[in-house]
Amino acid sequence: MYNGKYIIPGIVIFVGLFTFPFWSNLLTPKYERPQIALPAGEKECIEPVGYMRAEHMHILNLWRDEALREGKRLYVASNGKQWEISLQNTCMKCHANKADFCDKCHNSNSVSPYCWDCHVAPRGNQ
Amino acid sequence: MVEKLLKGSPAYYIWLLFLGSVVGLGGFTYLFQLKYGLAITGMSRDVSWGLYISQFTYLVGVAASAVMLVLPAYFHHYKQFKKMIILGEFMAISAVLMCMLFIVVDMGQPQRMLNVILHPTPNSVMFYDMMVLMGYLFINLLVGWVTLEAERHDVEPPKWIKFFIYLSVIWAFSIHTVTAFLYAGLPGRHYWLTAIMAARFLSSAFCSGPAILLLLVFVLRRLTGFNPGREAVQTLTKIITYAMCINVFFYLLEVFTAFYSGMPGHQHPLVFLFAGHGGHSYWVNGWMWTAVVFAFLSLALLIPPQIRDNEKVLPWALVMLVIASWIDKGLGLLIGGFTPNPFEGITVYAPSVPEILIALGIYAFGLLVLSLLWKIAIEVKKEAGTF
Amino acid sequence: MNNSRRRFLKIASLSVFGLGAKGVLDVAAGTTPDAAALTGKYEDGATALKAKRWAMVIDMRKFTSPEDYSRVIEACHSIHNVPSIEGNQEIKWLWTDTYEATFPDDMNPHLSQEVLERRYLLLCNHCENPPCVRVCPTKATFKRADGIVVMDYHRCIGCRFCMAGCPYGARSFNFGDPQPHIKAINPKFPARTRGVVEKCTFCSERLAVGQLPACVEASNGAILFGDLDDPNSPVRKALNENYSIRRKPSVGTQPGVYYIV
Repeated sequence: MYNGKYIIPGIVIFVGLFTFPFWSNLLTPKYERPQIALPAGEKECIEPVGYMRAEHMHILNLWRDEALREGKRLYVASNGKQWEISLQNTCMKCHANKADFCDKCHNSNSVSPYCWDCHVAPRGNQ
Repeated sequence: MVEKLLKGSPAYYIWLLFLGSVVGLGGFTYLFQLKYGLAITGMSRDVSWGLYISQFTYLVGVAASAVMLVLPAYFHHYKQFKKMIILGEFMAISAVLMCMLFIVVDMGQPQRMLNVILHPTPNSVMFYDMMVLMGYLFINLLVGWVTLEAERHDVEPPKWIKFFIYLSVIWAFSIHTVTAFLYAGLPGRHYWLTAIMAARFLSSAFCSGPAILLLLVFVLRRLTGFNPGREAVQTLTKIITYAMCINVFFYLLEVFTAFYSGMPGHQHPLVFLFAGHGGHSYWVNGWMWTAVVFAFLSLALLIPPQIRDNEKVLPWALVMLVIASWIDKGLGLLIGGFTPNPFEGITVYAPSVPEILIALGIYAFGLLVLSLLWKIAIEVKKEAGTF
Repeated sequence: MNNSRRRFLKIASLSVFGLGAKGVLDVAAGTTPDAAALTGKYEDGATALKAKRWAMVIDMRKFTSPEDYSRVIEACHSIHNVPSIEGNQEIKWLWTDTYEATFPDDMNPHLSQEVLERRYLLLCNHCENPPCVRVCPTKATFKRADGIVVMDYHRCIGCRFCMAGCPYGARSFNFGDPQPHIKAINPKFPARTRGVVEKCTFCSERLAVGQLPACVEASNGAILFGDLDDPNSPVRKALNENYSIRRKPSVGTQPGVYYIV
């Protein structure tokens, strides 16, 4: 191969860099889901846990548009229960411990939602 | 052809490095603005647009002015313009890029700018403004590149480019009309609420844009020996002169309407701009009177043919014209629209230092793009023997 | 390259593309399994106040002491986390100004002293024909069917075209971060971030739970609020019985705030 003594090492280095996420995760401790502090009051969220874990951002976007743009501020959940559509007054009323509930998972997954630029974060666990 | 911009004289590299450092300074200042918000500018609740939007407005005119070369050259087959027309098209690209940058730095939430496309709003003039600016950039890139490539290979450009060339003529008028509509459709701003806003914008663009082009071409001639041709320069100067006459005439029409009708809403902005308020004068007064003096002086040097064709005097006339139009269509336009405020009070605006640094950074970027594009054009012309 | 090798690569890449496409199309159509399974419904609350066209009548004759003004302004600004910023980059949803500043088209030097010397309350007029809505490039500000001109801070790009378009100077821009300037945060309502425009919202979040706007409640009857299309509403009754004016009528915006002077 012409210039083989540069190309082969170059390919090896490239493959190494490209697969970095895979082998570095093999070498470091396994990701453990953070222990989050569950809210003290209600035992059920507006929808089942699995759905909320996967779709809470989706639901928040729908809530945002329905409440602010359409003016519909009442959410009737799939189990019939009624909730006021409000991040601060409904969601955060139960999930008042933002640091130990929301932030734990967000930080370990490197997610920084900008909701809190405007929305007022609750001040601790009541 | 991009490889043409990579090799040049040491002075070329130093120039690019200098421009790059000004861009860097502006970019660094912009990081402050991203962090602390537009509070670091001189804008206020009453004067909510300032230096950035004023420069955008002026540069849209400069971008549109390429049509003053394209229309005679391609529609009327005026061959004398064909040599320097690529420089005009490339200047339009640089100007449009600067316009877009000025809009981005003026936005409070620039990372949301795609909302304009995600939620199209046909009743908003700003929606159209974004679309036409992007279209004009694309058209000029396409036409400029294809015609330059054809010149390089010493062939006629492909026939389909004619469609885009004619489209660019109409599009040039449209980008500046749409920008004028941003101002002319607002019911509460008397300085801007005039039917001839688009006409004033176009006439101002068609004198200031070609004037800037000629000045830059003179610099290019000094640096590289590129000669656009005496007749091309003289014809373009005639166009500039007529456009400036119309531009000044239109402004005087505004003055007449305001003062003969006596309507306070129309008079107050003009009085504030030229005479201040309550016996107190402001920095913008000296600014506006400078524009008046330079406007008439430039006309005095441009109208008589012997002086206009004297290439020792012409650059001075053009510089004065550019300054006059830049004041009138830049900060003069913006301050006049927002002062007095909707409560008939005066809120003074002056750009802050960070605001000016960011604006300079954008201008340096535009000059950088222009230098690179013109370098390509000059090298191609040298290679093709059409220098 | 060998013909069959080319064919293999073509088919293989098309298949991979096809396999992935289903997932993309599912997301685009909103038919991902989870999303389709559980969706709630969105409704108006039982106590929500409704109208065909909300409007406000401010009886300026009932504003006699500085306390009357500051009480309503404080009610609005405190529950909505409106910051107090010194200088010309201020934010105000409801404020006072002179007669000449409020009604410049209606100025005459021989008006009664009482009218001339009084301070007037200014706010967003929630116009029938709002120029701000006409110019917003993202529909971040838009008119609801009930006449309220809404501000969606999530979508606003901060271009300030609406501020240039408003003939009444009713809109404020967050030039910097407002949170340090909020005197006492109301945890029940969001604040705003830097880079978005804000204004009075006719308390749409209060109307949704059956409450009148904060300034109306705090005004002790000096500010009336109701449905302009309902002949029995408090606003129509007040307008029937008193001469009223609006700000800058000649610009054709049809404001929804009437003043009894």
